[in-house]
Amino acid sequence: MSIGHTLLGILETGPRHGYDLKRAFDERFGHDRPLHYGQVYSTMSRLLKNGLVEVEGVEPGEGPERKRYAITDAGVTDVAGWLGRPEKPEPYLQSTLYTKVVLALLTGRDAGELLDVQRSEHLRLMRELTQRKRSGDLADQLICDHALFHLEADLRWLELTAARLDQLAREVRG
Amino acid sequence: MTTADQLLNAAGLRKSYGPTPALDGADFTVGPGEVVAVMGPSGSGKSTLLHCLAGIIRPDSGAVHYRGRELSAMSDAERSALRRSEFGFIFQFGQLVPELTCTENVALPLRLTGMGRREAEKRAAGWLERLEVDDVRHHRPGQVSGGQGQRVAVARALVTGPRVIFADEPTGALDSLNGERVMQLLTDAARDTGAAVVLVTHEARVAAYSDREIVVRDGRVRDMAGAL
Repeated sequence: MSIGHTLLGILETGPRHGYDLKRAFDERFGHDRPLHYGQVYSTMSRLLKNGLVEVEGVEPGEGPERKRYAITDAGVTDVAGWLGRPEKPEPYLQSTLYTKVVLALLTGRDAGELLDVQRSEHLRLMRELTQRKRSGDLADQLICDHALFHLEADLRWLELTAARLDQLAREVRG
Repeated sequence: MTTADQLLNAAGLRKSYGPTPALDGADFTVGPGEVVAVMGPSGSGKSTLLHCLAGIIRPDSGAVHYRGRELSAMSDAERSALRRSEFGFIFQFGQLVPELTCTENVALPLRLTGMGRREAEKRAAGWLERLEVDDVRHHRPGQVSGGQGQRVAVARALVTGPRVIFADEPTGALDSLNGERVMQLLTDAARDTGAAVVLVTHEARVAAYSDREIVVRDGRVRDMAGAL
């Protein structure tokens, strides 16, 4: 995820202090990985340098001064460009799993066992996500669904590979 | 799992259709209230295993024990009574009786056990409400959507208070959203009533509603509980 674009997008809804930005990010997108304050301030200083945000005001506080950031026109254009660009689909052709299966076959190990154990691990994570989805709000559900569909795609690959193991073993072992 | 914890236990099941073995020494155990997903490729023997466990078909060899009683040792009438009162069934395409209303469909298993119409339909109405389909209670199956029909089928499976629910690809004919809702309602209701669920599925997102999974491959069962 592009943190810079995400923070810019949040700023497009209205000016905020760095702390508010972090909180808004964590609430909607952070979940398992909340932002560090350092990440927020280093990102904001980069966006500031590139003219995508500006400091709308500075308020004195008990600690350091609090800067209130606002998105610039160039920032709005940047967000629009990012949202309009499709993400590059990743084919994952050289995935670790593929490598493990081939190596298992090459070394005479049980590749079927490897796939079974991997399926079980995938399902364990899918159970966790399903549980989280059941107790979460719509945002949680959508985020978990995204992860679940990706894990499911991996599992379909695992099933297909399991069904083709004999053929793959013949090819790998020459 | 100790023998005392076992609700349903299958040992050494073998079943062939002609020269082709569908089950080739399958072992499987379900505890009370457990939701177990039965996974595996098409033709691996998943449905045959489910049918043997439910006493719908008789294995060529091996035995299925339900609460300590061997299914093969029961008479046909005893097995039928067991399926009516202790087991619930959900299939891929609902298999509701088209001439009956949704309420009558859900009440049917109770009527078959001899319960009066008024009481049976009252209980059916309660389950239809629980499954969020009480608005179609007077409709016939042909007048409801696939998702609604499958919820009615879930209500019908639960209405007798079964100890085991056998579900064979219960979401196979539904889109993702409807499939998910059916699984939520089914597993919530099963947990509330303490029913075990044997869930045959090839969909990982459906299996993710289970407590554990087994994999059937070439007629044999791999219990994944000890795999990690």
